[in-house]
Amino acid sequence: GQAQMVPRHLRGSAPVTSLLSLAVTSEQIEHLHRRFKQLSQDQLTIRKENFDSIPDLEFNPIRGKIVHAFFDKRNLRQESDGLADEINFEDFLTIMSYFRPIEMNMDEEQLDRFRKEKLKFLFHMYDSDHDGKITLQEYRNVVEELLSGNPHLEKESARSIADGAMMEAASICVGQMGPDQVYEGITFEDFLKMWQGIDIETKMHVRFLNVDTIAHCY
Amino acid sequence: SVSSIVPESCLLIVVGLLVGGLIKGVGEKPPILKSDIFFLFLLPPIILDAGYFLPLRPFTENLGTILIFAVVGTLWNAFFLGGLMYAVCQLGGPGLNHIGLLANLLFGSIISAVDPVAVLAVFEEIHINELLHILVFGESLLNDAVTVVLYHLFEEFASFEQVTILDIILGFLSFFVVSLGGVLVGVIYGVIAAFTSRFTSHIRVIEPLFVFLYSYMAYLSAELFHLSGIMALIAAGVVMRPYVEANISHKSHTTIKYFLKMWSSVSETLIFIFLGVSTVAGHHYWNWTFVISTLFFCLIARVLGVLVLTWFINKFRIVKLTPKDQFIIAYGGLRGAIAFSLGYLLDYKHFGMRDMFLTAIITVIFFTVFVQGMTIRPLVDLLAVKKKQETKRSINEEIHTQFLDHLLTGIEDICGHYGHHHWKDKLNRFNKKYVKKCLIAGERSKEPQLIAFYHKMEMKQAIELVESGGIGKIPSAVSTVSIQNINPQTLPLERVLPALSKDKEEEIRKILRTNLQKTRQRLRSYNRHTLVADPYEEAWNQMLLRRQKARQLEQKMNNYLTVPAHRVDSPTMSRARIGSDPLAYEPKEDSENLPIITIDPASPQSPESVDLMSDEPKGCSGLPPSPEEDEEGLVMRVKEPSSPGTDDVFTPGTSDSPSNQRMLRCLSDPGPRPEPEEGEPFIPKGQ
Repeated sequence: GQAQMVPRHLRGSAPVTSLLSLAVTSEQIEHLHRRFKQLSQDQLTIRKENFDSIPDLEFNPIRGKIVHAFFDKRNLRQESDGLADEINFEDFLTIMSYFRPIEMNMDEEQLDRFRKEKLKFLFHMYDSDHDGKITLQEYRNVVEELLSGNPHLEKESARSIADGAMMEAASICVGQMGPDQVYEGITFEDFLKMWQGIDIETKMHVRFLNVDTIAHCY
Repeated sequence: SVSSIVPESCLLIVVGLLVGGLIKGVGEKPPILKSDIFFLFLLPPIILDAGYFLPLRPFTENLGTILIFAVVGTLWNAFFLGGLMYAVCQLGGPGLNHIGLLANLLFGSIISAVDPVAVLAVFEEIHINELLHILVFGESLLNDAVTVVLYHLFEEFASFEQVTILDIILGFLSFFVVSLGGVLVGVIYGVIAAFTSRFTSHIRVIEPLFVFLYSYMAYLSAELFHLSGIMALIAAGVVMRPYVEANISHKSHTTIKYFLKMWSSVSETLIFIFLGVSTVAGHHYWNWTFVISTLFFCLIARVLGVLVLTWFINKFRIVKLTPKDQFIIAYGGLRGAIAFSLGYLLDYKHFGMRDMFLTAIITVIFFTVFVQGMTIRPLVDLLAVKKKQETKRSINEEIHTQFLDHLLTGIEDICGHYGHHHWKDKLNRFNKKYVKKCLIAGERSKEPQLIAFYHKMEMKQAIELVESGGIGKIPSAVSTVSIQNINPQTLPLERVLPALSKDKEEEIRKILRTNLQKTRQRLRSYNRHTLVADPYEEAWNQMLLRRQKARQLEQKMNNYLTVPAHRVDSPTMSRARIGSDPLAYEPKEDSENLPIITIDPASPQSPESVDLMSDEPKGCSGLPPSPEEDEEGLVMRVKEPSSPGTDDVFTPGTSDSPSNQRMLRCLSDPGPRPEPEEGEPFIPKGQ
């Protein structure tokens, strides 16, 4: 059946089974595997440099963070911390699984876990020094990168925006603050609060991993 | 109260009925809503208002769904209804037998279109969630093309002897011509309007005129060639909006907004009243069978259509449409004045049964507007349908949304999958590289979206501040968190210079006080085209500059004065601190309290200032360069040339040497520490 189409050495691995259990067709896993081989130039692992071969990615202002996310051990569900040097196809699939779409028959708890997972991925992208908090400097860094597509822009603008956003986040998460209190940084719980208005479950997915492979038509 | 139960549209129709009845009772002939008045004057403002302020993001995200409902749904309704009514006519006895298939199909196509005016009128009041609103409303806008094609087609066919297959195929093709042609006409006019707005910096007063003019011309041009005028109007509004808004002044933007809202309100009111009057005035021919079966089949057609289409659409949607959603979509299919006007346009020669048609149309309109319109609100509450979220767009959300967009585009690129995000990103890049350069004037063309959004937000807050009198309440959400809370900086442990003596302190304070109370008045040359000093824009610019200076000077001052800046409570100081008071431009009786900080480069230097200068050379050596050179911070640069007679307070380079100017600025604009209860979020607290 379907399971036989998956490359032999991958059958039974955790991400593959989890993807298959969501009725992602093995056809798509095949496609991803082909893509992986393309990127890795037929090697078994990918390194950061391999991502340079993707032409469209260079226009992306946050490409650094995206590539970094692929090698972030916290995203790869590994116990240790820090960055991996190289990732294999299993890891590649693990990262891709963060972008799977919502299922109709999920219950409340599953939905909550689903949502937290995706937000955790995003959180790791913002929190570059892995200390569990998004500090003002890291947030400034994010805004600078977002605006990096405009070469003539001054750093001041990015900083002011980040400062304003941080203050807003602080007032949402902590409320009233006295003049002596210091807001250390955005923790994951605060991050969850900030995203309450946006339903990430429906937004953060790549159509490719959709159940039906018929052409896109919302 | 009555208005919470009965939607406004119903009340207006009742008013129309009363007025019509009154006129008839007096013995005069009440006026009927003539079709050309409706299509030429009453309908365009409503559609332009809808198109210009169309929420683009949900619209494009759901475009496929909307198109399927609009095109396939309307076709289904028209043919289903037309066919069934034909059957009814055949069986209906001598009164109805003579009505042919084509006539019935034409009738079906008139009555099957969901009406944007009616939908707007009812949905505006029930505050339903964004998705459902955009689905029903979008459908009502886009089905115009289908209605136009079917109407003209059947009207023509009715005069043919025979209808061949070729005619039908041509009819099918004409649908694409009508809809895409309409959109093309709209896009062309939209681009022209955007381009024109690039050069209007000298004639701000007539900027809104261009928007209205070009949009109306788009509508007329499309209608001229029997293309879909509504789609042209929507396309023009959508295309021109981002560029025009980047080019025009804030006042023009407000003008456009208010005029559009005003016109569309007036139109809507008139339309419903006229509907009431026309009902009383018109010749009616009531045929029980025809009318009742029309009504019945209309509802059935709508429900069936929505059910079947949703089942099909849900296969492709990520966010599926639940049965509750489907119910609202079906129930929200209201008919309105467009159907009436189209029916009125029918000519007696070919359609002798026109009066019967009109009666049936009016009945359906009344039923949908009254019954469905009145009951939809309690039903929405009963079914606990999600309501509109009244969240204000925050800067955090904007950052996150952009971040997410880029992330998903990146993942799509890595996967090698050219999906939705990839193409959207490509379009944005194309827009930024070529289109924006052509259509937006000057510096704004390079301004990234995040910065533009941030400016808008700051502007809004600034205006709120100014409107509330300067020392008023600031939205509590942001009030108590200041930069100190998130970025605490340690004060320097040692003072670089020794403490000032008491006398010197007094001198400084005296100078500050005198300079603050000085006013400067300039004569303005009057020019009809000069807008009266725009308090908000100029206040905004001045406040930005002042704030920036305040920040910088505060830093310097706090380093060199051991005594904290004296908290003067006079209205002068406090108002000066916050920003400008738009009323400051007019002379007042007690000029001591005029809250203007003017930098007066030409005033004679007081001896004290010279002393201070020699005493503290370092006091102003580290001063930032004059505002013209200074590129720091979010100073919103107004690229328009200063109109004659602007109160140019910061006149560049009028006389003295730069260092004197700086010195005077240093002394006259003290940038005192803001009081804690003001909590201005963007002024650093005593750094």
